[in-house]
Amino acid sequence: MYKFNHKDLLGIEQLSVSDINLILDTADAFYEISSRDIKKVPTLRGKSIIALFYEPSTRTKVSFEMAAKRLSADTLTLSANESSMVKGETLIDTAQNLEAMNPDIIVLRHPSSGAPHLLAKHLNAGVINAGDGMHEHPSQALLDLFTIRKKRGRIKGLRVVIIGDIAHSRVARSDIVALRKMGAQVTVSGPPTMIPPDIESFGVKVVFDPARALKNKDVIIVLRIQLERQQEILFPSLREYSIFFGLNQELLKGAKADAIIMHPGPINRGVEITGDVADGPFSVILDQVSNGVAIRMALLYLLIGGGRGDNLD
Amino acid sequence: MTIWIKGGEVIDPRMGIQKRQDIIVEKGKIEKLLAPGSFELPEEGDVRSVDATGMIVSPGLIDMHVHLREPGEEHKETIATGSMAAAAGGFTAVACMPNTIPVNDSRSVTEFILGRARKANLVRIHPIAAVSKGQRGETLTEFGDLKEAGAVAVSDDGRPVANSELMRRAMEYAQFFGLPVISHCQDLDLSQNGVMHEGAVSTRLGLRGIPGASEDIMVIRDILLAKLTGYPVHIAHVSTKGSVDFIRRAKEGGIPVTAETAPHYFSLDHTAVIGYDTNAKMYPPLREAEDVEAVRKGLAEGVIDVIATDHAPHSPLEKEVEFEKAAFGIIGLQTALPLTLALVRDGVMELPAAIAKLSCNPAEILNIRGGAIEQGKEADLTIIDPHAEYLLNRGIIKSKSTNSPFLGKKLKGKAVLTMVKGRIVWESDELSPRSR
Repeated sequence: MYKFNHKDLLGIEQLSVSDINLILDTADAFYEISSRDIKKVPTLRGKSIIALFYEPSTRTKVSFEMAAKRLSADTLTLSANESSMVKGETLIDTAQNLEAMNPDIIVLRHPSSGAPHLLAKHLNAGVINAGDGMHEHPSQALLDLFTIRKKRGRIKGLRVVIIGDIAHSRVARSDIVALRKMGAQVTVSGPPTMIPPDIESFGVKVVFDPARALKNKDVIIVLRIQLERQQEILFPSLREYSIFFGLNQELLKGAKADAIIMHPGPINRGVEITGDVADGPFSVILDQVSNGVAIRMALLYLLIGGGRGDNLD
Repeated sequence: MTIWIKGGEVIDPRMGIQKRQDIIVEKGKIEKLLAPGSFELPEEGDVRSVDATGMIVSPGLIDMHVHLREPGEEHKETIATGSMAAAAGGFTAVACMPNTIPVNDSRSVTEFILGRARKANLVRIHPIAAVSKGQRGETLTEFGDLKEAGAVAVSDDGRPVANSELMRRAMEYAQFFGLPVISHCQDLDLSQNGVMHEGAVSTRLGLRGIPGASEDIMVIRDILLAKLTGYPVHIAHVSTKGSVDFIRRAKEGGIPVTAETAPHYFSLDHTAVIGYDTNAKMYPPLREAEDVEAVRKGLAEGVIDVIATDHAPHSPLEKEVEFEKAAFGIIGLQTALPLTLALVRDGVMELPAAIAKLSCNPAEILNIRGGAIEQGKEADLTIIDPHAEYLLNRGIIKSKSTNSPFLGKKLKGKAVLTMVKGRIVWESDELSPRSR
């Protein structure tokens, strides 16, 4: 049996194809637990997990906490505004103090790219990157892969387009790396101000116009437009963005009839995606959220040592 | 006491030659240069002989761009510790940038720095004063008063002069006092929030980029202002192919411009940042391989006149943090020489030309003494062992800070003896000079 040999999950970049397949297969096994009447197994009983969130989050925070609880781990979530992070303590000091209490895993969401790498260097506990700056959001990419695999039965050979602010999106980076590793073709699309330099080095194609970019694609991933980006001169207005780059029914007519539509959330309805598309028959946005719990259960399980072949329940 | 430096390869960087010579130092001056073996020991008096066989004897090295952090940030460096690092790196003189706290924009700060330098009493310290009060880019500092106090140049290093009118007037006014103007070229809007070079690596790491154009634009502006005013501008820490190309064209067109680069810009590229190493974070950022190549070519062709370290000490408080939060800058006083010697080994430059960029060229630009070994002149000398190989570790570093991307790396070549005005201010353990 293939073993998962990582102390930390810092990014998709460090994972092999076998690692990813193992995570997805493990998530498959855990997926069913969430639909049980009693949604709890004792797998991680006695293990403790601390989630440090230096940025606001709803989905990811709840998802990790839910995943840990369904595996019977003790969890604790700290948000930036309620801890000594606001008292000027450095990230390393905060982490070392938490480590002194001997947790098994620290889940970190942080606005600075590379913050989990810094943490991992200083800690014995495993570190899970729950989103770092504009760098990576590996658990999101894994749940995206999981969703695609469930819906389409495979990932290899599929054609995927990602539309939106590629330059500032950690989801885009993790998705691109993950999809390329798994053998999908990837096109990125959006205004040129939102396409980062040398993105082609990731093995993706750039097609600025979403109408052209989404043709013949099996999967359409729409990224959230962060409203604060308006201050950065990346586009003149949300109104104009929605007209030229937003996904709406009209645009969708040019897409493949069986294309699935994904979005990492939270959605700005009427900006990057219209409400009718987000709620429409091709949307799998809420499936992504359900799948997220299974993926995070798999990650916690594998990182805490389940990869060594313990019993699943 | 007489010091007899025997059998070294003596470099004359101005003439671009090296030959085996003995040097006799007496009363702080170069008493004699003579053919090896022709010196006869006097009947009486102390003579210390230093065997420099197989070594290079160079005019004392001059670093025209350092940050000594005093006053204000003594936890990073002091004038005393910076002087030690300079001496150990083979430098007999350094010029320190004004971005201290408070900024060196007045006679009192300049005099304070010189007072500390006298107390440290190791290498020559030449203060560079700010162009604008508080480096705020609004009004000029008192160039005349600062020069009288001992400032050798003006620069708003670290905080570029964004206002072109102010830069123009600074260059015109500096002309009256003959003060060199040094420009840190950075378009602050284009480089806004950037923490590393913009390119494939910044995209991969999800870090905000600083495009090469943010340097190039200001280099072009300053070249145009040098043309307008007819007064020279010195471009600090050139890092891009664009800058090198524009400076080359300006020089060909007779515009008075000189330029420096730092060793890291000809030794490392932006891939050094991978892993979020904050010791690879500096301004300007490490660029791409083609920029590194262009900087090396610029040095070889004389487009870049000077190698200066931009020695920028920071403590773990500023460096052991998230990459985005980390301070810009690395130390460089003890790595400049080995990295420059690597250029010579790579065939980029002949040794005398490389030494010129570390001695007579900066002396000429700053209009300070040094850069030559001549009979009757004050004895500022550096003896270099070009073959010594060692690992750069914290024990070797004399600076108060250890923020270097070369930490733990193997280096080749080092200063084994540094002499200022005939006094030995640094001597490596390996050199075991014999007294008679």
